[in-house]
Amino acid sequence: MAPKKIVLRFAADTSDKPIIYHLAKEYDLMVNILKASINPHKEGTMVMELTGSRYEEGIEFLRQQGITVHPLTQEVVRNEDRCTHCGACTAHCPTNALYIERPSMEVKFNGDECIVCLMCVDVCPVHAMEVKI
Amino acid sequence: MIVERTYKEINERIKAGKAVVLTAEEVIGKVKEKGIIQTAKEVDVVTTGTFGPMCSSGLFLNFGHTKPRMRMSKVWLNEIPAYAGIAAVDAFLGATELSEQDPCNTNYPGEFRYGGGHVIEDLVARKTVKLRATSYGTDCYPRREYEKDITLDSINEAILFNPRNCYQNYSCAINTTEKTIHTYMGTLKPHIGNASYSTSGQLSPLLKDPYFKTIGVGTRIFLGGGTGYVVWNGTQHFPGFLKDKESGKLTGAGGTLAVLGDLKQMNARWLRGVSMRGYGASLAVGIGLPIPILNEEVLEYAAKSDEELYAPIVDYGDAYPNLRSEDLGCASYAQLKKGSIKVKGKDVPATPMSSYPRAVEIAGTLKKWIQKGDFLLGEPTQLLPGPGENDC
Ligand code: SF4
Ligand code: SF4
Repeated sequence: MAPKKIVLRFAADTSDKPIIYHLAKEYDLMVNILKASINPHKEGTMVMELTGSRYEEGIEFLRQQGITVHPLTQEVVRNEDRCTHCGACTAHCPTNALYIERPSMEVKFNGDECIVCLMCVDVCPVHAMEVKI
Repeated sequence: MIVERTYKEINERIKAGKAVVLTAEEVIGKVKEKGIIQTAKEVDVVTTGTFGPMCSSGLFLNFGHTKPRMRMSKVWLNEIPAYAGIAAVDAFLGATELSEQDPCNTNYPGEFRYGGGHVIEDLVARKTVKLRATSYGTDCYPRREYEKDITLDSINEAILFNPRNCYQNYSCAINTTEKTIHTYMGTLKPHIGNASYSTSGQLSPLLKDPYFKTIGVGTRIFLGGGTGYVVWNGTQHFPGFLKDKESGKLTGAGGTLAVLGDLKQMNARWLRGVSMRGYGASLAVGIGLPIPILNEEVLEYAAKSDEELYAPIVDYGDAYPNLRSEDLGCASYAQLKKGSIKVKGKDVPATPMSSYPRAVEIAGTLKKWIQKGDFLLGEPTQLLPGPGENDC
């Protein structure tokens, strides 16, 4: 059974529930957390891989916990030739995957932190942030 | 003045490979270390740079004559209309022009994926561009329709002529309203959720010569990766000073440049089509000016640092669109570059629209050109108007 990648988004009140434990223990799912980020307001995003035959039930369980779940089918990459290091995207990236390094003011992109929210794809004036499927 | 130098003397030193050139960033440290007079004695030229979206940019084109001849009355390049009411095969393509089919803001916020600025980028990148033209036909120019794939090298002339570039200073934009707005200063979150600024501060050309003591008609510059010229003041050139209630006169304010150069020797790295979501298309332009250190006074301004240069804070949610003046104070470029400013008592994250790393690269490139003797200073035949009596 091939692992399936999903993105979870949860609000402040669910961020401390032991969801991983339940997925493994009650639904027999193998969980591999790829990325996780929680902002100061305790809203979080997590990208994980799930493997196991009771995948659908596991997803249903997550939704019942008030967690938004959607499959991760795409990836955001930066076209290095196009990026001008203006910095406009950094105000809108929720996880600081795009950030300004100081004092050089160069814009860095850390793909591991990216949760594919696509904000940067919308705001980059030179279309340097691209969606890869 | 204790130190005095002429353009001629500086150019002689450039030709001899002896000119001492520092970027506007490097000179700050040097002045701190050695003082104004000593630095003015040692340094011939200070180079500046800026790279960001600059509306009021465009391109004069001459396509060469068709066979049979045609007096083109309407012209499109990759379906972006160019103004053809100049002569038979001349046209002007503006950076913000959009295709007649562009959905604009009907599906708000619009994407504005391709406009005049993008055509300019494609041309300078040596990509093929589709020229389409129509005419009513005359006895000497009988042809009525024309379509051809052109490139920058297949046409007679392509002259970048930007009537207003290189703003001396610019607002730091915020949004006090309850909803997200999409402006030419980027996407601004509600309740002053972020601030967006757009000059290179201590590297910004006109902030480093606020009295226009060295910049004028004929100043040779870095333009779009090649050489260009200041040909006049820009439109809406209102040189003056940003003032602050407590500390008085702060920073140069509203000066602009009209610049011109041959597109054929420019480079797509320094001319980029841009799409501002919800606003429109434009062109990001790379510009660098050399400031000749004619005397210590010129150096004093050229050596101002981010701590001494300020941007006015402007509300793009209300005051700006409604042309209402409102004093929200200023933020120094040092604060802005740290990434956080205070507005109405609130800490607000600040991000740039113009690229500081690219501004550094431009000032560095211009420095190298001058050091190598490839780039001589153009002595202005006439200086641009500086701040008026009341402003000084
Ligand atoms: S907005 Fe685009 S061009 Fe600017 S730094 Fe981000 S990715 Fe690069
Ligand atoms: S898609 Fe862009 S804005 Fe969203 S997390 Fe990834 S890098 Fe940041």
